[in-house]
Amino acid sequence: MLPRSVRKNWDLYLLVLPVVVYFLLIKYLPMYGIQIAFKDFSVSKGIWGSDWVGMKHFIRFFHNYQFWTLIRNTVEISFFQILVGFPMPILFALLVNEARGKWFKKSVQSIAFMPHFLSTVVLVGMVMAFLSPSTGLVNQLIRLFGGEPVYFMTEPGMFKPIYILSDIWQNMGFSSVLYIAVLSGIDKHLYEAAMIDGANKLQRLVHIAIPCLVPTAVIMFIFQFGTIMDIGFEKIYLMQNDLNRSSSSVISTYVYEMGLLGSQFSFSAAVGLFNSVINLVLILTVNQLAKRAGGTSLW
Amino acid sequence: MGDAKKASRGDLLYDFAIHAILVVIALGTLYPLLYIVSASLSDPLSIVKGELWLLPKHATLSAYEKVFHNSDILTGYRNSLLYLVVGTSINIVLTTMGAYALSRNDFRGRYVLVLIFTFTLLFNGGLVPTYLVYKNMLGLYDNLWVMVIPGAVSVWNMIIMRTYFQTSIPYELQEAAFIDGCSNIRTLTSVVLPLSMPIIAVMTMYYGVSHWNSYFTALIYLDDHWRMPLQMVIRSILIREDTGSMTGGDGESLVEQQLLVEGMKYAVIVVASIPMLLLYPLVQRHFVKGVMMGAVKG
Repeated sequence: MLPRSVRKNWDLYLLVLPVVVYFLLIKYLPMYGIQIAFKDFSVSKGIWGSDWVGMKHFIRFFHNYQFWTLIRNTVEISFFQILVGFPMPILFALLVNEARGKWFKKSVQSIAFMPHFLSTVVLVGMVMAFLSPSTGLVNQLIRLFGGEPVYFMTEPGMFKPIYILSDIWQNMGFSSVLYIAVLSGIDKHLYEAAMIDGANKLQRLVHIAIPCLVPTAVIMFIFQFGTIMDIGFEKIYLMQNDLNRSSSSVISTYVYEMGLLGSQFSFSAAVGLFNSVINLVLILTVNQLAKRAGGTSLW
Repeated sequence: MGDAKKASRGDLLYDFAIHAILVVIALGTLYPLLYIVSASLSDPLSIVKGELWLLPKHATLSAYEKVFHNSDILTGYRNSLLYLVVGTSINIVLTTMGAYALSRNDFRGRYVLVLIFTFTLLFNGGLVPTYLVYKNMLGLYDNLWVMVIPGAVSVWNMIIMRTYFQTSIPYELQEAAFIDGCSNIRTLTSVVLPLSMPIIAVMTMYYGVSHWNSYFTALIYLDDHWRMPLQMVIRSILIREDTGSMTGGDGESLVEQQLLVEGMKYAVIVVASIPMLLLYPLVQRHFVKGVMMGAVKG
């Protein structure tokens, strides 16, 4: 006999059933396909029937001449993105919180949100239009001041700065929402008490607003640091060309090229699995460290 | 007395600095967007010659005329609208169903389910195994459903919605409905949902924007040219510059064609982005509340 709570709530199980089916088919069934990383996948034999080859594909990847380039690019892009990009939304939130005038605050915020709603294709299209050596605004400015046009998109050294700065332009405002929400939740009495004690605005910022943001910031930081090897495909792929490849090749674009364009299914599945395992270990470790250090963690 | 005056002068300077920085940020964000709009309305020749700085030069609507007469763009627009409407509807229905069940403390097994769902955030099949399974086992390759099914439920969104149900809808109301003999499903549709419009608005925005803006699924799983969403079409105009088919080639010289494409790029950006930029003001009211829900630990 089923427990009473199950019988009474049978229709809740009905509600959740399609969601469970979705997760099993769409998220868990692909994990069954991971085995091809340890096999030589052949289309005719299928996922199950292909022959086991052990760690062959992993070893091939570790000895690949591109291995360290891929790792370095992946880590560098994430690292600089955190270094430059992480503090920006926090600073912006603090500024907005300190500003006066409801209308002013709201307008600044709405403007800062706008780029977030542009698609990656549009964003990269805009970047390319602005940076075009012949017609782009930036190079027209450079020429106006007597400089030589710069081929931004094909210059490997420019790839990472362009990637990161355009990301800040697109997402700084939107990522600040969370911090703004936390700041607006601070008890007004704290500020009043500080004013009575003679604290000026800067002191109130340093001693009240910033400490209140720390727990949220720590969680966001853990999360970003845990995903340092997990870099999105969409934007990099669009910005990539044959000339900037030495600094734009990352693991996800390599998997796409090798696997879906080059049909090396097993090899690229191994590369992808290697990356997924590192991501998993990283986020679990970082979370554990944060829990031990300060009691804040994702779960 | 003197001290208070000095402090207030410092505060005044502080205020000025804060507002000045914010104005600079706002203008810096706005300028590229305004430039795009101006460029889309300008004579392409003046863009190429570098005469355009802020306001349209030799204003003309010819770029928009070209865009709205381009069959690829129109088909892409129609496809994207279809994927947006169908996809977001599926998203909202499934997310609500899952979130409501998980929100109930008397729902046995919810911890296990949350664990099963959140594990997929930490680990997944990866691109290639997923591709092979979708293609060979689920038959999703070049199938229209691939545009809406794989992203049908986002774990984050489901958790945000669950938290909303738990914290913003008094459980007493639901209990009263049970006493009146309502089933769980009836309670969800007639008590919980009418009180959940803020979160549904925010979810519609999140899901809607991700459908409209994605190109990855189509890149990988779609083959048929006429099923491509708008983002794939504009990708070929903006980034790969496959412009041969764009201008129609009705007797224009190569230089004229290039100019036309140059002007068209900006109009394409505007046309593709307007729907999403209009979406935000609609849900702005509900937005901060929805975000706060996400801040609560899942």
